[in-house]
Amino acid sequence: MRIRVDYQTVYEYAQAASDVLQLLRVQPAGHEGQHIVNWRIDTDVDGHLKRAEDSFGNITHMFYPDGPVKRLSLHVTGEVDTLESHGVLSGGYEPLPPQVFLRQTDLTRPDEALRVLARHIDTGDELATCHRLTSHLYERFNFDPDVTHAHSDAAHAFAIKAGVCQDYSHVFVSVVRSLGIPARYVSGHLVRNDGLVTQPAAHAWAEALIPDLGWVAFDPTNGMCATEAYLRVAVGLDYRDAAPVRGARRGGGAETMAVAVTTTASGPNPQQGQIQVQA
Amino acid sequence: MQALPAFDEMFGSGEGYGSRSDEGVTAAYRAIRQWLAESPHELMAARRAQAELFFRRIGITFAVYGDAQATERLIPFDIVPRIITRPEWQRLERGLKQRVAALNLFLADVYGKQEILKAGVVPAELVLMNPAYCLHMVGRQPPGGVWVHIAGIDLVRTGPDEFFVLEDNARTPSGVSYMLENREVMLKLVPDLFDRVKVAPVETYPEKLLETLASVSPRKQRGSHPTCVLLTPGQYNSAFYEHSFLADKLGIELVEGSDLFVRDDIVFMRTTEGPQRVDVIYRRLDDDFIDPLVFNPTSMLGVPGLMSAYAAGNVTLANAVGTGIADDKAIYSYMPEIVRFYTGEEPILANVPTWRCREPEALMYVLDHLPELVVKEVDGSGGYGMLVGPHAPKATIAAFAAKLKANPEKFIAQPTLALSTCPTATDGGIAARHVDLRPFVLTGADGVRIVPGGLTRVAMTAGSLVVNSSQGGGTKDTWIIDG
Repeated sequence: MRIRVDYQTVYEYAQAASDVLQLLRVQPAGHEGQHIVNWRIDTDVDGHLKRAEDSFGNITHMFYPDGPVKRLSLHVTGEVDTLESHGVLSGGYEPLPPQVFLRQTDLTRPDEALRVLARHIDTGDELATCHRLTSHLYERFNFDPDVTHAHSDAAHAFAIKAGVCQDYSHVFVSVVRSLGIPARYVSGHLVRNDGLVTQPAAHAWAEALIPDLGWVAFDPTNGMCATEAYLRVAVGLDYRDAAPVRGARRGGGAETMAVAVTTTASGPNPQQGQIQVQA
Repeated sequence: MQALPAFDEMFGSGEGYGSRSDEGVTAAYRAIRQWLAESPHELMAARRAQAELFFRRIGITFAVYGDAQATERLIPFDIVPRIITRPEWQRLERGLKQRVAALNLFLADVYGKQEILKAGVVPAELVLMNPAYCLHMVGRQPPGGVWVHIAGIDLVRTGPDEFFVLEDNARTPSGVSYMLENREVMLKLVPDLFDRVKVAPVETYPEKLLETLASVSPRKQRGSHPTCVLLTPGQYNSAFYEHSFLADKLGIELVEGSDLFVRDDIVFMRTTEGPQRVDVIYRRLDDDFIDPLVFNPTSMLGVPGLMSAYAAGNVTLANAVGTGIADDKAIYSYMPEIVRFYTGEEPILANVPTWRCREPEALMYVLDHLPELVVKEVDGSGGYGMLVGPHAPKATIAAFAAKLKANPEKFIAQPTLALSTCPTATDGGIAARHVDLRPFVLTGADGVRIVPGGLTRVAMTAGSLVVNSSQGGGTKDTWIIDG
């Protein structure tokens, strides 16, 4: 499938903000199931974009606007060819040993309720356990963009059984890691098949390391493994490592941010899914 | 409180200090013993009062966490110097160089090729799953290849030739300002004693530190000095006094995060004459706070973008990011193996035998012997959250056992060492008090520098083994003397 992404973020400040800088993880790297055809990052203010790579192997850019900014638009566009692999990742760049993905973080550390869930979900077989957890969260969680925020942790989301893709994914990695299975957070994009092409956020899911298969992508928000409709951009221990944008500024007063992500599919095999998806 | 029989550095044993004859005084302490004998109680009391006045005037204070009564107070200073002879020091110095070299090689390895993990010398999961192992440093090497530029190695003595490393401090070790201030005060207080005893100078420390920092500058400029700054978390930090003291002695700017900014992966300092590029940051701010874009996003103390400048090789941080894995107390127990692995030599300085509570057999032993042991949190510091078995009431031991069982991997245990004692001025006259020693080891791209001496910490309460200033310990001037 050829996925076309058009991802625009517009920041507006009440007054001009100085020393604005942004750490971006918005450019995907390729792997066997994902070939980058073209990719661009544009901004509407003058500045410098410094490309680097983080320890997870993600492509990063630091954006340094030249002067104070009142309004800043970040526009990411690209085309990627993906192959259906039923969620199994191969040929990816893996600079870190898998054990590090057993580490819990401030956003994933399980509380007693999550440990109880882990015991309840555990089947003794890694793959079956991950499938079961994916279905469980899909069925029991309410997708609700108004109950959690960027700093919400897995325990909180699980307590209220609601949240967005970030929360579903944190709960997933928390539980899977507590069962001794390496797991990581993935940020990226999803071509939806319900006609909604423009979404207010990027997507997030998770990967677990399954014996004999390697890293397998599970999307608990949609109750399924990743398909060729998924474009994988960045990974990390949690949202903070893989967030599309982490920024800082001095002054500027109140900030408003508007995000519009448009993902469309074209090419030989457009998506013919049955499932209503949510991001 | 039951006193342990301990090695006394003046007499060999600390019994009956007051009434003893000069017989048996160690060579190191002959002059001090004579000086003490010549100084009546009233004179010592007057000197103590004078010393306190000096410190009050200097304004050297220390914030004690967990003490709502006094956020800032004077650390007790003892006017009787602690003596180490030149030959004893030379052995320590060789041992310190060897140990810090091993710490640096260990860090380069665990963030690089991971040979020591592949060889199974240190369990891989103990490093890779350790929160102190900073994933953002994997695959990176700091400028000049130096990780621990400033190390504070805590040593204890149990006999004439028995020194042990109690812990390595490889993050942001503090206390060197006391080493320098103590010497200044002693020179004013007892100048005549310095005429009788030849004491090695420690005053060159700031100069040596500045040379060390300059040696790791990522920019090699001809004819001009690299710009070094000292980054402090600010005046509410317990060691703020030391930060401002050191910046002053080094002649470098004392900055807070908001005084710095990053543009195009280069760090600049705001000055009245416009932005000035910064080459080396002696940072006294913990990893988690230095860059909100990479670490704790709520930190207001750091510099956004600093890690990008660091990864691009445009600025040096001293110490490097991620050094916490080297002074983690669970890793400590492997230090003898680590020294052998990287240097091919036997460790000159011994480790204190350590039970790793993460190992079930060790845990069982520790639970059975809590009244004899010292139990510490693997990532704790400053004497917080530790159990000193021999001095703890039964209820405290029982409560600690429960904590230990709940999270055994968080703890290590060691035998209660009989730390050596030194003559110390107390209200009741000169008496033996337990001490330790923290020398400071500087490592630059151009070699290792150690000033002869360090910070001697002394437990001011009779029989107490806890020397931490946060727990009421005091300090002494440390003299390396020619025999």
